[in-house]
Amino acid sequence: MAAPDIVMYEEEFNQIKGIIAKLRVDANSKVVFLVDKNGQQIAAHGDIENLDTTSLASLTAGNVAATDGLARLIGEKEFSILFHEGEKDNIHISIVASRVILVVIFDERSSLGLVRLRVKKASEELNRVFSNIMAKVEKERASTGTTFESPFAEITDEDIDSLFS
Amino acid sequence: MTFINYASREINCKIVYYGPGLCGKTTNLQWIYEKTNPNAKGKLISLATETDRTLFFDFLPLELGTVRGFKTRFHLYTVPGQVFYDASRKLILKGVDGVIFVADSQVERMDANVEAIENLMVNLKSQGYDLLNIPYVLQLNKRDLPNVATVDEMKQALQRKNPGEPVYEACAARGTGVFETLKGVAKLVLADLTKTQ
Repeated sequence: MAAPDIVMYEEEFNQIKGIIAKLRVDANSKVVFLVDKNGQQIAAHGDIENLDTTSLASLTAGNVAATDGLARLIGEKEFSILFHEGEKDNIHISIVASRVILVVIFDERSSLGLVRLRVKKASEELNRVFSNIMAKVEKERASTGTTFESPFAEITDEDIDSLFS
Repeated sequence: MTFINYASREINCKIVYYGPGLCGKTTNLQWIYEKTNPNAKGKLISLATETDRTLFFDFLPLELGTVRGFKTRFHLYTVPGQVFYDASRKLILKGVDGVIFVADSQVERMDANVEAIENLMVNLKSQGYDLLNIPYVLQLNKRDLPNVATVDEMKQALQRKNPGEPVYEACAARGTGVFETLKGVAKLVLADLTKTQ
């Protein structure tokens, strides 16, 4: 495989959930969520009941990928912040630790300035958590020779067939 | 890049449908969308032009059930097939776990198939993958049309692996072979997880 798999452990997952929950309150926003660059949702917090978070995650990643492509065309490494302004709701998108995307959805109860300020602080904390995760994966790989103990080590044809039944 | 979440016991895999323009990639997704239990699927998102040609990608999340206690999700993507959308195709291959190449069986589309498969290999390489080493299946679509190349001819021209990758005959508009193809690649993706990196 080209890149190491992302493995999320309980401890870091809880830290991440804590950070984005705090960001939601601090930034006075409606929803905060974290997506990896391939479009997989990592965590979400806020009014997400009526929100199609899976589609949101995939489109966000597509958006960031397309913008990255644009950046490279004009000689930039990346555009680290994207902002979409709507009539009522706005979306603030930023890249954290070069590999995950932090999305904040907010309305008139907050402001772009406040969101930017709080996102900056939360990004630093998230950076630390993701460094820990990578260090953990590396350590595990060094000690066992594998990135993780695959839960699929003994997967059978029947397991797969049952998924499609 | 499979995303395994031990905390919520989920595993997410990304499957990409690749192939020349109008070969039936979106049709495959539409059939899967129509025939899947509403609880198991999300919205089918199509970023298409006004004439229904794929502009960026189609996206369909499928939640198939659990394997060994892990909730298994497949995210299905298609790429835009038209030659000039190459930059978009490259982006969609990022983090791919498995690829389905949808070939158009009509004789006059054979050149387009070959060109697309070469393009797939180049674009995978630019993302750090080698077609020969990733989970990959070949679908021969539109088998119901009158002017098709034979299966042997198509295998000869399009198979890249040795021994050859799994081949599925299909007619995506009627659903023939659509789930078989998806199942084929899903099996390879999950089997790939059993290998150590």
